[in-house]
Amino acid sequence: MKPENTSERFIVSSSPHIHEGSSVERIMLDVLIALTPALAAACYFFGFDALRLTAVCTATSIATEWLCRVMMRRNRSIGDLSAAVTGVLLALNLPPSLPTWMAVLGSIFAIGICKQIFGGLGYNVFNPALAARAFLLISFTGMMTSWSDSDWSATLTLNEGVIDIATGATPLGAIKDAVKAGREIPGFTLAGVARLFIGDTNGCLGETSVFALLIGAAYLLYRRVITWHIPAAYTATVVIFATVLYCVNPQTSVMPHIHLLSGGLVLGAFFMATDMVTSPVTKRGMLIFGVGCGVVTMVIRTVKTGAYPEGVSFAILFMNALTPLINRGCRNRVFGAKS
Amino acid sequence: MKTVSAPYQFKGGIHPDYHKELAWKSAIERMPNPSELTVPMSQHLGAPAKVCVSPGDAVKKGSLIGEQNGFISASVHAPVSGTVKAVVQSCSATGRSCQAVVIESMDDGETEYFEPIVEWLHTHKERLRNRIGEAGIAGMGGAGFPTRVKLSPPHDKPIDTVILNGAECEPYLTSDYRVMLEHADKICIGAEIIQHILGAKTVRIAIEDNKPDAVRAMEKACAQERQGIEIDILPTGYPQGSEKQQIYNITGREVPRGGLPMDVGCVVENVGTSLAIYEAVVHGQPLIERVITVTGEAVERPANLLVPFGTSYRKLVEHCGGVRESVAKVISGGPMMGFAVGSLEIPTGKTTSGLVLLPSGCIQQFSSQACIGCGRCVDACPMGLVPSELSQFIEADDIEGAERIALMDCIECGSCAFVCPAHRPLVQHMRRGKTGVMARRAAADAQTRK
Ligand code: SF4
Ligand code: SF4
Repeated sequence: MKPENTSERFIVSSSPHIHEGSSVERIMLDVLIALTPALAAACYFFGFDALRLTAVCTATSIATEWLCRVMMRRNRSIGDLSAAVTGVLLALNLPPSLPTWMAVLGSIFAIGICKQIFGGLGYNVFNPALAARAFLLISFTGMMTSWSDSDWSATLTLNEGVIDIATGATPLGAIKDAVKAGREIPGFTLAGVARLFIGDTNGCLGETSVFALLIGAAYLLYRRVITWHIPAAYTATVVIFATVLYCVNPQTSVMPHIHLLSGGLVLGAFFMATDMVTSPVTKRGMLIFGVGCGVVTMVIRTVKTGAYPEGVSFAILFMNALTPLINRGCRNRVFGAKS
Repeated sequence: MKTVSAPYQFKGGIHPDYHKELAWKSAIERMPNPSELTVPMSQHLGAPAKVCVSPGDAVKKGSLIGEQNGFISASVHAPVSGTVKAVVQSCSATGRSCQAVVIESMDDGETEYFEPIVEWLHTHKERLRNRIGEAGIAGMGGAGFPTRVKLSPPHDKPIDTVILNGAECEPYLTSDYRVMLEHADKICIGAEIIQHILGAKTVRIAIEDNKPDAVRAMEKACAQERQGIEIDILPTGYPQGSEKQQIYNITGREVPRGGLPMDVGCVVENVGTSLAIYEAVVHGQPLIERVITVTGEAVERPANLLVPFGTSYRKLVEHCGGVRESVAKVISGGPMMGFAVGSLEIPTGKTTSGLVLLPSGCIQQFSSQACIGCGRCVDACPMGLVPSELSQFIEADDIEGAERIALMDCIECGSCAFVCPAHRPLVQHMRRGKTGVMARRAAADAQTRK
């Protein structure tokens, strides 16, 4: 070709002129991919309800996102997949028997109130899925804490007395009940621990199968969508907290690994606390954030008078609120600054 | 002489695709003199040179055509012999508008060089400094700071280490690499001249580990009884070629905030500058030409050309066989820190290290989104800044807020924008903020002077 062809106009823009190729859509797609094992496990253990709630939440979230953007006359954003991620995450944080209309309401709340009112992706202070879960939990405590009836309690052991566990309790709920009633804390057999790990127990759709969640988490780490800092700090804090408690008072506490495997800890630590928008940007900040999540979670879980057996979502929401503060306090040392 | 791996490694940085293979193997070729050159008076940092010829004057290759104008300035010489046709307003390689001398070239082989200083080791340092000044040498790595100034540190800032920057961490560019491969001996002598002028104990030559043959060439050149020369191999990465980061990698010293390399006893010179110093001292040749990489997926025949200043970009592209597909972007310099230019009618200068022509398939045009707080820019920033926060401050026009969180420490390396998944124009924001700070400082200065 002749050089004359170079006489067109060239794009003039600021450096850098190359980009690594990452994008928000790709990150969100990776999160969706990473959630599929947990989704599959949910379908396996909870059947149709898992599909029902996931479909409803995802569809409602996307629709709400679209509608909000149209009404606010802002550019469309459903293409960035963040609404889909919020929908799936919310579904995974719901009990299987929740009525469809509540799921719809939760999704509208998540996207409409928690995300778009703040200005959309990037401006929200709280993780939308968790905020919606908290909203539902407070508004419909009954439905949000009624669990399907897995026979997981058959794997518990007691030294004395009869096992007295309300049908349809989660492991953490059963423990809290026992603590409150001053009864002996049940022990978990190896089979019981194994069931917690694979997810054959009561709980929210996506939180029960630690195994499936870890597969997804490994993918997120491999894709560098998340780093180890928040999950490691979070889970390590929980383990240390639980160990100390167990050493001090074995009668009224469970072993650390039970804390690790039950409730929403793994889902929370790898998928919710790591939400980029609502967690700190520096590594030091992430560590502090993770430790904070761990402490608050354990306080809620173990305080005898506490209302809730599980504290993961409130802990993360609480730390979400502190994130701007952590970001301000945890900047890196500027190169060449006097240390 | 010894070769070592650089003992330290700065935090942050990125690993772009290098695409150096495009021009990697092309030996330096001398570009034939174009019939007409437009030599800008501003090819360096600081005040433009003052034109000292008039239309109709005959000039020889090496004749002074622009006088150094102030302390931070550099003189300009005729790159070819011929006749001055006009003095025009043109634009420099950095897009700055300045005067330029148009020369109609005549291939008569006439030169007007300085007297060679062969016995430089026994020559007074001041004379060598003057030579470097009168030869118009300015940093050829990109910034174009006048070298004479750099080599004249105040007495209370003793220099113990000279670092020769051969990292060439910008993707696509291979000019420094070819220069090291083909002119290692001259670079070594240039380095010794710098060492001699500054009375520095050691010279450290910094080369990335993706250029093993350049390392071998420099090793061979430095092998003979050269004192205190050491080759430091840097792991490949961006921005290994950045002055502050390089000083840290090699010496473990951090240039203090707002400070200069001489504050930690170092002077960093590009390998091309070292070659220019050799030519100016040993052969008396002023700085009138340099090696430029013409490359990019859109160029028919990527090459490393020895180009007289004032040759237009168009001529370079023509010499390289033109373009093979339609060009979306033309970058003067490397793709990380270079300037995108809107036309090919721009003359080359002392800081033009390369010309990268990218087809539309190789550039991404993004629209920017809100920051999603992923923190990748924070991890990538080699200066330890929080680009996301800086950019938000600047977007909100809170320039003071940005300044408080170290905006002025940004080196505009582009690492943050390179990794940002929300495609935020972070560097553009930094520049805007910095301009704002400068304007405010200037206004405050004017106030106090009143
Ligand atoms: S351009 Fe500035 S803020 Fe961005 S990575 Fe480089 S030094 Fe840091
Ligand atoms: S890389 Fe971009 S999206 Fe991520 S924190 Fe930095 S500015 Fe925000």
